[in-house]
Amino acid sequence: MTIVFAAMAISGTLGAFVASASTARHRALVSAFSSAAASGAALVLALYVIRTRHAVHLATTSVLPLGGVDLHLDPLGALFVAVTAVVAIGVAIFSIGYARQHELTRTAAAAFPIFVTSMLFVPSAWNVTTFVFVWEMMALSSLVLVLGEYRRGSSVRSAGLWYAVLTQGGAVVIVLGLAVLAQHSSGQDFTQIAQHTGLIAPWIRGVVFVLLFFAFASKAGAVPLHVWLPKAHAEAPSSVSALMSAAMVNLGIYGILRSANTLLGGGPTWWWTVVIVTGAVSAIYGSIHAATSTDLKRLLAYSTTDNIGLILIAVGTSGLLASSGHRTFAALALFAGLFHLVNHSIFKGTLFLSAGSIQYTTGTRNLDQLGGLFSRMPIASTIFAIGAVAISALPPLGGFVSEWLLLQSLLHGLSSSTTVSVILMPLSVAALALTGGLTAAAFVKAFGVGFLGLPRSSGAAAVKEPPRMMNIGAGALGVVCVVLGAAPMVVIGSLNGAVQAAQSGQLSGVTSRGVALAIRGAHGAFEPTFIALALVAALSMVGALRWALTRRVTPRRSPAWMCGREVQNSRMTYTATSFAEPLQRVFDDVVQPSRDIDVSHRSESRYFVDSVVFGSQDKDVFEGLAFRPLIRLVRETARRSRVIQNGSIHRYLSYGLVALVVILLVAR
Amino acid sequence: MSVAVVSPWIIGSGLLQVGLFLLGAPLLVGLMRTVRCRMEGRVGPPIRQPWRELRKLLLKSRSQPEHSTLVFAIAPVVLMATTLVVVWLTPLLSVRVTLSGGSDLFAIVFLLLLGSVSLSLAALDTGTAFGGMGSSRLMTIVALAEPALLVAILALAATVHSSSLATIMLAALHHPIWLVTPQRLLSFSAFVVVVLAESGRLPVDNPATHLELTMIHEALILEYSGPDLALIKLAESIRLTFLLALLANLFFPWGVSFSASGISLLIGTFVLLAKVAVLGVVISAGEVAVAKLRLFRVPELLAGAFMLSILAVLSALVIA
Repeated sequence: MTIVFAAMAISGTLGAFVASASTARHRALVSAFSSAAASGAALVLALYVIRTRHAVHLATTSVLPLGGVDLHLDPLGALFVAVTAVVAIGVAIFSIGYARQHELTRTAAAAFPIFVTSMLFVPSAWNVTTFVFVWEMMALSSLVLVLGEYRRGSSVRSAGLWYAVLTQGGAVVIVLGLAVLAQHSSGQDFTQIAQHTGLIAPWIRGVVFVLLFFAFASKAGAVPLHVWLPKAHAEAPSSVSALMSAAMVNLGIYGILRSANTLLGGGPTWWWTVVIVTGAVSAIYGSIHAATSTDLKRLLAYSTTDNIGLILIAVGTSGLLASSGHRTFAALALFAGLFHLVNHSIFKGTLFLSAGSIQYTTGTRNLDQLGGLFSRMPIASTIFAIGAVAISALPPLGGFVSEWLLLQSLLHGLSSSTTVSVILMPLSVAALALTGGLTAAAFVKAFGVGFLGLPRSSGAAAVKEPPRMMNIGAGALGVVCVVLGAAPMVVIGSLNGAVQAAQSGQLSGVTSRGVALAIRGAHGAFEPTFIALALVAALSMVGALRWALTRRVTPRRSPAWMCGREVQNSRMTYTATSFAEPLQRVFDDVVQPSRDIDVSHRSESRYFVDSVVFGSQDKDVFEGLAFRPLIRLVRETARRSRVIQNGSIHRYLSYGLVALVVILLVAR
Repeated sequence: MSVAVVSPWIIGSGLLQVGLFLLGAPLLVGLMRTVRCRMEGRVGPPIRQPWRELRKLLLKSRSQPEHSTLVFAIAPVVLMATTLVVVWLTPLLSVRVTLSGGSDLFAIVFLLLLGSVSLSLAALDTGTAFGGMGSSRLMTIVALAEPALLVAILALAATVHSSSLATIMLAALHHPIWLVTPQRLLSFSAFVVVVLAESGRLPVDNPATHLELTMIHEALILEYSGPDLALIKLAESIRLTFLLALLANLFFPWGVSFSASGISLLIGTFVLLAKVAVLGVVISAGEVAVAKLRLFRVPELLAGAFMLSILAVLSALVIA
């Protein structure tokens, strides 16, 4: 096992060195290949752990100070490693094609393998030092990558700043929380911490939980700490946004599960209330914004917040059920959450990579300027369509199965009738149901407006298929989407392993009977494979019938009906903004768009309008509510504290002296 | 808790159900039109008129707008296929007709959604203003109707801890008192609103209108003609019939057959036909009395249905 861990680390770091040293032509290739190699090694290791259900362990005191490196991969961690590895392999293939146009800088080429490798190591870090080290590596390398296209404008720098502040703030809080736990334990090993947390006073445990939960939730992109996500995901290069949205946010969920379940050993009802409420708010808020966004990558980023919200609802429900003794259904809820997590990673990876192909070929990600792509780049468009069907929970793809499992787990969660669950369960159900409908609307908009109809810009009219490697990378993930929907049985074992490791129990959430998924302890069986087959059969039957009816005459191509007008052009068709307008009106309070209508008249007479300019921008309510005042406060403090900085070195040295004296006095 | 057993009997009686809906659905539409005409003091076309229209459309040739793609061409097929799968999977005549897992209500909702989504994409594919308008309006309504439907189903499922239609129907028949519990009444009213919205009836959409700016559904299918239009019209009428049959079986489950015998299946068939016909007559009679809502008032109606169904879940929990 040592060899595999070493192979991952070596191929990651060596790749980073070689990539930064090689010429511009080879940089992307080396960077992608080393990331894929590290992912491949990690995938083998993860599958081994999943199959044997035994954790692998590796500890050495020599590499890192303060306790050394301690790696321990259990089935829970292995699930996250496997998902990250699959996504990273797809992204690596994609990034080879992407680099043809957007030449990789040395820094970015080095940061990419480091980012992938550190993400692969996070789920196996088993002491505080190792965890904080790989976590920080992940945060820093991803920050470098977000800033990769900094030449494009100030929006990239602003996104990088938002991300840096939130991710580093989160990291500080994580260190704080873990330090409190380590202080109460005999060592900083996770096993030792877990043995000692039972003795900690409940209020300290509660405080630690809240600290860790919100720190990890900020990485996962849950409301109200999601504000970095739409900015960073939109501005980062698409391969990076895919990795962040499909793999990195998962590790936030991993952190929550690991700290709440393994380290703190579960908790009282109010913990899970916090989790469920955060999840429900994230889900509703994210899906409303996704339904009204017109920037393709912003839409995808908000939909990540929405899906993370759904996963948090499942995690919270599972904790709630476990704390009230319903262990069977707790396993089901966690299973549903993890299944959705796997699904989300795959379809969101597909969608972000497809969005990257669109940006690559058209030069824009604004849906209002796209259109007509399906006839011009059929393969890339089909890949996007697969992701869109999966995320909209439509049969026969993966999202459908996970939505069904989430609904089932809430349905059975309803049966544990404590007062808290009576209030929380309808809220979760409402959130889940509302996001389902809004996601479908969001992706009909994304695919229908972006890929069908008439092109709305010269960029969209002149597109061709992107480089083959980009389609292969995105398409590989698209194939996994189809497999997860048509044959979800293949991942049941690994999910059950993860559920058992997280809840330290023997119960499995869902069992498979032939092609059916069966829920333990309840009447409920579900045959996604059968539904997929029935759909295919019905499609081919109806299709054959239609063919038989119409084969005598070839269909006429005629101009569309235009109400007697002479000209019909793309400016008269619906844009993404107009498509989303009714929904925006319905959710006006949440979206709070700022509309700008500017009418300019002819100089000769005010009765003749020269031009009308309409601009609309959706604002993030939480940004204005929580973060703008905070930024003002920081600015103000900085301005006031500037008094003590006058630029003379001896004054700064004396500050150092004073600080040292204070520390000596206090620490004694 | 039963495993999927695909026996010839199950497949055969499922196909019987499909055949019944294929033949009967246009007649239901005709019946509803006739009732409305009579109540408005007109004579109206004969009940079999929808069938004549379908036959006429099937004899015509296909036409496709200039810039449209494969999506436009396959949308009617997808709509029809999802509709047929839904009808085949759902136990409407007899509880034993279909697979145990197939009768899951959540699965049915998502299958129906697939049909709506494909039609909505096809409308955008035409590249016209009307297509976009219809598509945007349909998706707005679907995005708000689907949550209400899911939650209403959950309220019914909560009592029996299963979302299988067969289990819900069986439980309701065994405990008739459940039929009038608050959660059932609340979820019934939510269900009715959703059925009206999904099938494009008044007060959400007027099936008889052809004025572009007020319509939703007609704007969607404006570019379809010939056999494609026939497929869409037939699928739409089956969806309406199916939703009414679902409503009937969920809330008035009497008469559904439980055994595998031919006689009980025959009785089940006639009872279902009667129930659906009565519901259809009631709806079209109601349509005479109401006016169409303004488009931007429709979300309020659907939000109302959503709140009703959440109240239904809450009352299901409080009572349990």
